[in-house]
Amino acid sequence: MKGNSYLPRKLHSLLGVIPLGLFIVEHALTNYSAFEGGQEGFSDAIHLLNSLPLIFFMEMFIIWLPILFHGVYGLYIAYQSDLNTGRFSYGRNWAFAWQRITGVITFIFVAWHFYDTRIQLALGNVSHEELGQHMNNIFSNPWAIAAYTVGVLAATFHFANGLWAFLVSWGITIGPRAQKISSRICMGIFVILAAMFLLSIFAFRSDEFATAASAALSAVSVG
Amino acid sequence: MSEATAAAPTASATGRKVKFIITRRERPDAPSFTEEFEVPYRPNMNVISALMEIQRNPVNAKGQKTAPVCWESNCLEEVCGACSMVINGKPRQACSTLIDKLEQPIRLEPMSTFPIVRDLVINRERMFNALKKVKAWIPIDGTYDLGPGPRMAESKRQWAYELSKCMTCGVCLEACPNVNDRNSFIGPAPISQVRLFNAHPTGEMNAHERLEALMEEGGIEGCGNSQNCVRSCPKGIPLTTSIAAMNKDTTKQLFKQWLGL
Ligand code: HEM
Ligand code: SF4
Ligand code: FES
Repeated sequence: MKGNSYLPRKLHSLLGVIPLGLFIVEHALTNYSAFEGGQEGFSDAIHLLNSLPLIFFMEMFIIWLPILFHGVYGLYIAYQSDLNTGRFSYGRNWAFAWQRITGVITFIFVAWHFYDTRIQLALGNVSHEELGQHMNNIFSNPWAIAAYTVGVLAATFHFANGLWAFLVSWGITIGPRAQKISSRICMGIFVILAAMFLLSIFAFRSDEFATAASAALSAVSVG
Repeated sequence: MSEATAAAPTASATGRKVKFIITRRERPDAPSFTEEFEVPYRPNMNVISALMEIQRNPVNAKGQKTAPVCWESNCLEEVCGACSMVINGKPRQACSTLIDKLEQPIRLEPMSTFPIVRDLVINRERMFNALKKVKAWIPIDGTYDLGPGPRMAESKRQWAYELSKCMTCGVCLEACPNVNDRNSFIGPAPISQVRLFNAHPTGEMNAHERLEALMEEGGIEGCGNSQNCVRSCPKGIPLTTSIAAMNKDTTKQLFKQWLGL
């Protein structure tokens, strides 16, 4: 590669946390509302999001373009590493390897998940009110549950461990003590985010989501 | 000590052998192959003394005469870095690796992150080029006598001494998953040297030049935080702390450039 990769690498690192890290936290909270508030909680959360101004441009600049750059450049970064956990089986080297493996899994998962949900919305095959039912439908297939579980674990690990790396890459956590503490905190973030996503998969499977939007829901979307 | 000397004749009398499997190649572009050797055991021998034994009597385990195995070494006390090789899977110095502490058969391989010259001899030129690139020295020459420089506090000198122990041995580059043909990462050692020379009261005057060198293609950005380097460095240099500290300083330098400071 010719040219200087310093700035693209810095941008890649920054985008991973701002905005993508913020997005994954927002996404976890929205989905978790399905677990906590059921059909109604979820549709309220969806409604709130879609009432934000310029939502299309926000999606474009906060989610799609950053994930496209970070994802494609991330694949290239992964290609540039020779994983050597066989010779050096230290914890951090495993985390390094998993950061790359989960990056690739996340790439495939996000492409599929995006097609399954956002593209279907754009095509008019699903409406915002039907999203809960749509997810219920998807999860009637055990293979889809397995794939979503893997995808969710990969994406949340990738973000949490990436946050740890981000703090090193920008010189925020410098000494071994600071890095050890931040790694505990980041693994805590992994567990919490992963639990929230997995619980929402569990919630979408319930019969409550099996039927189309309830009367209460249509009232919300009209109002 | 006297016990060890007394034990020596007994050990060789028992005819104990040390078994080696060595990865060899005849020329830089030749294919590599492995050859086995059995070397008579002597107490306290290290990998270099075993290689010297093979040189003295170049016969492989099958009893065939073969070309003596080539290696590089100088100081024989783990300060020059020349004898680095992969011993039982881990890169380290052959001179300070004692046979008694190794599992047998002992596998010797060249550090293949570097161009292989012959057998266990590698070319570490890229490390010296990296030191030139980051200007790992203190410029003190002028057209006139510049006078004495500022003093370094003793406490800081002691701290900096730890970083100055680097012998450019290449172990940290061999351990790093991001030092390879597809990646332009400069490697841990020269980044730590920037930290060392930027900490010096006179070297500090050119700190920005070294930081800018780290911000060029093939600089600090290739680090992916596997942290194998700090676990592998024979000198115990806090490489990952140096890298994070230089991440901080290059980030600051970036903002200075943008703001035109
Ligand atoms: C779409 C597919 C993705 C791929 C292929 C990918 C790939 C990568 C790779 C290879 C790295 C390692 C960089 C390094 O350590 O040098 C990385 C770092 C990171 N990724 Fe991703 N990633 C993807 C998606 C995401 C998403 C969705 C997020 C956020 C939720 C994210 C957040 C991060 C963070 C925070 C880092 C750490 C940045 C740093 O090292 O400073 N990534 N990514
Ligand atoms: S930092 Fe340590 S491992 Fe790396 S070259 Fe210097 S002495 Fe060798
Ligand atoms: S010969 Fe100098 S380090 Fe081994």
